[in-house]
Amino acid sequence: MLTKRIIACLDVDGGRVVKGVQFENLRDAGDPAELAKAHSASGADEIVLLDISAAHERRATLLDTVRRAARQLFIPFTVGGGIRTLEDAAAVFSAGADKISVNSAALADPAVITRIAERFGSQAVVVAIDAKRSDGTSHWEAFTHGGRTPAGRDAVVWAREAESRGAGEILLTSMDRDGTGVGFDCELTRAVADSVRIPVIASGGAGGAQHFVDVFREGHADAALAASIFHYGFSRLVDLKQEIGSQGIPVRWPC
Amino acid sequence: MIAIVDYGAGNLVSVKKALDWLGQECAITSDPGQVKKATKVVLPGVGHFASTAALGRSGLQDAIADTIGRGVPFLGICVGMQWMFEQSQESPETPGLGVLTGECERFPASVKSPHVGWNQLEVKPSSRLLSGVPSSAFVYFTHSFRAPVADTTVACCEYGGQFSAAVERDQLFGVQFHPEKSGEIGLKILGNFCAI
Repeated sequence: MLTKRIIACLDVDGGRVVKGVQFENLRDAGDPAELAKAHSASGADEIVLLDISAAHERRATLLDTVRRAARQLFIPFTVGGGIRTLEDAAAVFSAGADKISVNSAALADPAVITRIAERFGSQAVVVAIDAKRSDGTSHWEAFTHGGRTPAGRDAVVWAREAESRGAGEILLTSMDRDGTGVGFDCELTRAVADSVRIPVIASGGAGGAQHFVDVFREGHADAALAASIFHYGFSRLVDLKQEIGSQGIPVRWPC
Repeated sequence: MIAIVDYGAGNLVSVKKALDWLGQECAITSDPGQVKKATKVVLPGVGHFASTAALGRSGLQDAIADTIGRGVPFLGICVGMQWMFEQSQESPETPGLGVLTGECERFPASVKSPHVGWNQLEVKPSSRLLSGVPSSAFVYFTHSFRAPVADTTVACCEYGGQFSAAVERDQLFGVQFHPEKSGEIGLKILGNFCAI
C-alpha cells in the first residue's frame, strides 16, 4: 500500500540549521548535512531543506550545503528558498537535489513552473504555497516572501493553476498554524487536496502524532512536513511513525 | 566502467552519487562510443516517455541495443524501464526499445496520479536483482504510467491494481521505482546490479 510520507524540514540560513536543535550524538547539531543524515537514519521518508537566507551572497554557501547533504542522502531530497529561474534550479539539481520548491517566483511568473518541469520533469517541481485564512471564512490567500506579502490569489485556485502548469506536488503551509504546535489546518489541506490530482504535503502546526493522523484522515494529505517537532531527539521520529502506524495510517515502517 | 546514459532528460546526479557511494567506477555520458565500451549500462529516466525519442536521434539507442546484444548487463530506471517495452500510452508515436513485450499504460482514474511515495514490493524469490531484498520492502516511486505484470516481472506493486515494479530477463533489468532514492534497500538493489 502507498504510505503516507513523514517529511523532516531543515530551515537553513548561511549554511546552518537555524531552529533550536537538541539532537545528541552529533558532532555539530547545526550542520544540515549531519542532520539530514540523522533524520534519514531515524525514519524520515524525505528531507526538505529550505534556505531562508535573505542575502544573495549566501547562495554559494547553499549550493555547498546541498552538495554535502546530498552526498550521504539516499532518500528524496527537496531544496527550496530563493529559486527564481531555470538556471537557479539547474544549479541546485546539479548539487544533488531531487526536487526543487518554488514559491514567490512562481506567483510572480507562473511560467517558471513549466520551464523547470519541461527540463527536469514534473516530479522534480514542488510548488510551495503559504496560505493564510481570510478572517472567519473558508477561503485562504496565498502569500509570498516568507509570508510577508499577500499575493492576491486564492490558495485553492492557485494550487490548481500550479498543477496545470506542471507542478508535481504542492507543499501547503498554513501560516495561521505555523509554529503553533496546535495541529495542521485540516480544512485548508482538504480544500486543496480535493481540488488537485497531484500529491499535497501539509505543513504548519504539527505538535504530536494525533495531528499527523488527523491531517491524513481529515485533511486528505498525502504527506506531512514538520521541523521543530523533530528537533528534540532521534527517537521522536521513530516513535511518531510507530504511533501513526498503530492508528491505522499506512507508514513506511520498518524503514 | 558503468555508463549512465544522458539523453537530456532529467537529473542523473542522484544515480551517479549512489554508484559512487557503492565504490563503482561510473560516468554520465551522452557519447554512443563510450556506451559501447561500458561494462554495464544504466538508463535513468524521469519525465515524459517522449523524451526517449532523443535516444534514437543521437545514436544512443543503437549503442544500447549493441551492448544488450553482447550480453552487457543493462538497468533501466523509471521511464528507462518503460522504454524497454514496446510502447507507452503516454506517447504512442514514440516507440520503445521493444526488448520486453507489452505496452505501458496510465493508472486508472480511481487513484491519484502520479503515484508518488513509498510503496511495498512483492518480490519473487528467483530475482537476481532483488536478491536479499525482503518481500514487502518499501521503495520510492514517482510515475504516471506503469508497465503491466508479465512473465518477466520479478516484483509487483499495488496501486490501483498490480503493476510491474521490477522486471528481469537474462542480463536485462528494469525498475519502476528509484533505487537511488530508496534508502538502504535501494543501495542493496544497485549493489546487486553492480555485482552481476
